[in-house]
Amino acid sequence: MPVLVLPKTSRPAARGHGRTWQYTGVPRWVYLVAAVGALFILLPLAGMVAQVNWGQFGALVTSESSVAALVLSLKTAAASTALCIVFGVPLALLLARAQFFGQRILRALILLPLVVPPVVGGLALLYTFGREGLIGKSLTVVGVNIAFSTTAVIMAQTFVALPFLVLSLEGTLRTAGQKYEAVAATLGARPGTVLRRITLPLVLPGLISGAVLSFARCLGEFGATLTFAGSLQGVTRTLPLEIYLQRETDPEAAVALSFLLIAVAVLVVALTYRAPKSPLRALVSQEDTP
Amino acid sequence: MTLEFNATIAARNVKLDLTLDAGETLAIMGPNGAGKSSVVQMLAGLLKPDSGSAVLQGRALFSLSPGAQWLPPHERGLGVLAQDPLLFPHLNVLENVAFGPRSQGRGKADSRVSAAHWLQEVDASELATRLPSQLSGGQAQRVALARALATEPELLLLDEPMAALDVNSAPFLRSLLKRVLAGRSAIIVTHSVLDALLLADRIIVMDGGRIVESGPTAAVLAHPRSAFAASLAGLNVLQGVLEAGSLLMRDGRRVAGRLVSACAEAPQPAGGLEGMAAFAPSAVSVFLAPPQGSPRNCFKVSVGELEPQGEQIRVRAGALSADISPAAAAELGLQPGTEVYFVVKAAEVVLYPA
Amino acid sequence: MTLFNKSAYPKRQQLRLGAFAAGTLVLAMSLSGCGPAATGPGAPGAEANTTRTAAAELSGTLNVYAAASLKTTFTVLANEFEAENPQVKVSLSFDGSSTLVTQITQGAPADVFASADNANMKKLSDAGLAKDSPVAFASNVLTLVVPPGNPANITSFADAAKPGVKLVVCAPQVPCGAATKADAAGAGLTLSPVSEELSVTSVLGKVTSGEADAGLVYVTDATTAGDKVISIPLDLANPTVNQYPIAAVSTTKVPELAQGFIALVTGTEGQKVLQNAGFGAP
Repeated sequence: MPVLVLPKTSRPAARGHGRTWQYTGVPRWVYLVAAVGALFILLPLAGMVAQVNWGQFGALVTSESSVAALVLSLKTAAASTALCIVFGVPLALLLARAQFFGQRILRALILLPLVVPPVVGGLALLYTFGREGLIGKSLTVVGVNIAFSTTAVIMAQTFVALPFLVLSLEGTLRTAGQKYEAVAATLGARPGTVLRRITLPLVLPGLISGAVLSFARCLGEFGATLTFAGSLQGVTRTLPLEIYLQRETDPEAAVALSFLLIAVAVLVVALTYRAPKSPLRALVSQEDTP
Repeated sequence: MTLEFNATIAARNVKLDLTLDAGETLAIMGPNGAGKSSVVQMLAGLLKPDSGSAVLQGRALFSLSPGAQWLPPHERGLGVLAQDPLLFPHLNVLENVAFGPRSQGRGKADSRVSAAHWLQEVDASELATRLPSQLSGGQAQRVALARALATEPELLLLDEPMAALDVNSAPFLRSLLKRVLAGRSAIIVTHSVLDALLLADRIIVMDGGRIVESGPTAAVLAHPRSAFAASLAGLNVLQGVLEAGSLLMRDGRRVAGRLVSACAEAPQPAGGLEGMAAFAPSAVSVFLAPPQGSPRNCFKVSVGELEPQGEQIRVRAGALSADISPAAAAELGLQPGTEVYFVVKAAEVVLYPA
Repeated sequence: MTLFNKSAYPKRQQLRLGAFAAGTLVLAMSLSGCGPAATGPGAPGAEANTTRTAAAELSGTLNVYAAASLKTTFTVLANEFEAENPQVKVSLSFDGSSTLVTQITQGAPADVFASADNANMKKLSDAGLAKDSPVAFASNVLTLVVPPGNPANITSFADAAKPGVKLVVCAPQVPCGAATKADAAGAGLTLSPVSEELSVTSVLGKVTSGEADAGLVYVTDATTAGDKVISIPLDLANPTVNQYPIAAVSTTKVPELAQGFIALVTGTEGQKVLQNAGFGAP
């Protein structure tokens, strides 16, 4: 379950002379293997950073096409994340709380974009919303053309990112349980009120981490966008597509843009980590209080 | 206000039927898994029985037998206080208490006034601006009580409200509940005899999903019919047949005692009457050798376990128990397995028909 | 060399070598005897080399890295090469030429590199990884393709440049896009595509799925697509001709196999297969 573990910065663990020693039960060799795992992720990043031509970095990332790609990526990823929240919250609620026939199949199908290659996702979107597609044919009749538009980029990103939000939120919902909702109901709160005033505030950390994951996934989306939306500067050519293209003729620009993409992703994740004062975190510290 | 309730749940083997009079507090007791909490959950609308109905003051909470009617929890007008206070962690104390009135459609300011009033009722006004994470267990439970009362429920359901409290916080909440429950209709699930005696007018004992005993609290605890009720009261209860001032047990042993019953003076039926013998553990003396003297009941037993019981040591041996002083226990050198004689004067044994 | 091969192959197989050597010799001679292969620089040396080593033992695995547009033709040719040399296994890797050349310069185990343009082959040469001078073995020109229904009624290159037409082309950064730019300039047209794809495959995909009204792809792509597209020649006076060069990679451990395969591609049989697929002569 890809729920981001929130750093426990607000915990008063560091009172006085630093953290009090507590038994953790982690075998020593785990540290070693974990270190190898971390290096496996970090070294390639370092390798790429080492390739960045810092003297030219500013010029490379502020070229017209780079800026257009970055702006488009940020705009579409934000819009896609919003869509993921709009559709992902009800889906996660149904999967975590409701009981209905076909629930397990629905979950498996919704998580499908996680396991199918993005290009396949793009093809699926094309055969559905494309000009000759299942729904696209009817849309074309009423004058709606999705292909080659920014809308298509947003749809491709939402398609691949939605499972991240649903998974993360469903996990948080299951962990949070339904006790508080039950209490709220006995206090006279209608289901809508319970959702708005109790459930959503309680699972906010899971919602935020799910949204951050979705946003990051949207930023990195390549295959589905390429297959479904095409590639035109300022309209459909997002940062990953621009990187792929620059690589053909200007590897230095590609490396600089890759670094920019990583920097933006890290910035977004770091900022959203700090923002929420999580109620569930308060719960944890309550349990820890002797 | 009256409550008429009956329900069956096959999956939990629960089948019961109970009523509650206006202003009455009913205690539900019984061993773990007896189905006590299921009663609360069914009434609160959190658990649906297979069949049955509940009518609160002429208003159907649910009715599943002929038609199908099921009021959702938020339309039932019941207050619930569970073992865990379950204060909403993201709202402060005042907001928690104001949640009920707000949800019932009252204005924000009005709800806050009401919340402040109920916080005062539970002596928690000074906690109003705190977050639940900043409260002790006892404080949290008081706030939870205020929150339940703030909706002005027709029936209050208390599911082991003091089970999670430490020995210092429980008395305070207990006296608070006594004040609050006076004149209110309430059902309290509890493991504590003291709570039942102090708070409830009537008691039902559940076991295996059925009501095995019911009646006024004092009467049930004084003359328990079920082993569970007896163990609650701390009384030793033996079963057998009443015969001329004594109880003949199935193993042939005879227990002498005083018969307290309306039918005590009535002529004995030929085959004897099914009855019980009860005596308090404090009435039992413990000896290593069989004592001399006739007007005594003597039971040869093997010590099972020793446990503290207030100032005394409770010696458990099978179905019987005795309370003796720590000094006496040391003198006798009691250990699990020690063969001893439990001796109780006939005058201390109460006999009554089953 | 012999030591390695003796240990790698059992005696039973070595005994059969004589027969295969004879067969390969005939093939090599027929390759050298005619066709455009002989016109390539260094071809005589290559065939002499192949002949000699083939007589000894042509066995092992040959890794061929080829531009994506060569997939159909090189698959056929690899099968032929394996049929003629039963001890040989050809492993094919198709991708964009720039991707492949990046992989090779980063140490990928390629023995032969066939590029879709001279620019990417030059990257290989500049890195000092081209064993001999690259040999041009095919050429390709662009054509206009439209979906079967031809929804936008396009009959010429100029029609595709009209506003409202959903035209899809390659981005100028990739070889097919560079050719598109040059051909549009040659025809005096200003193109306003709805998408500049990253590969010619993507362009073709957008047309065959009916998403685009028209696309500019290589003639060979149009041939491969068959009746899924209608091909409309550009009719240019000076079309941009894209050269396909091939070279052995200098780090190869099986230079004889590499040379043998290059000889097959540049020889009569290879040229026949390539031209059937729509490629022009080099």
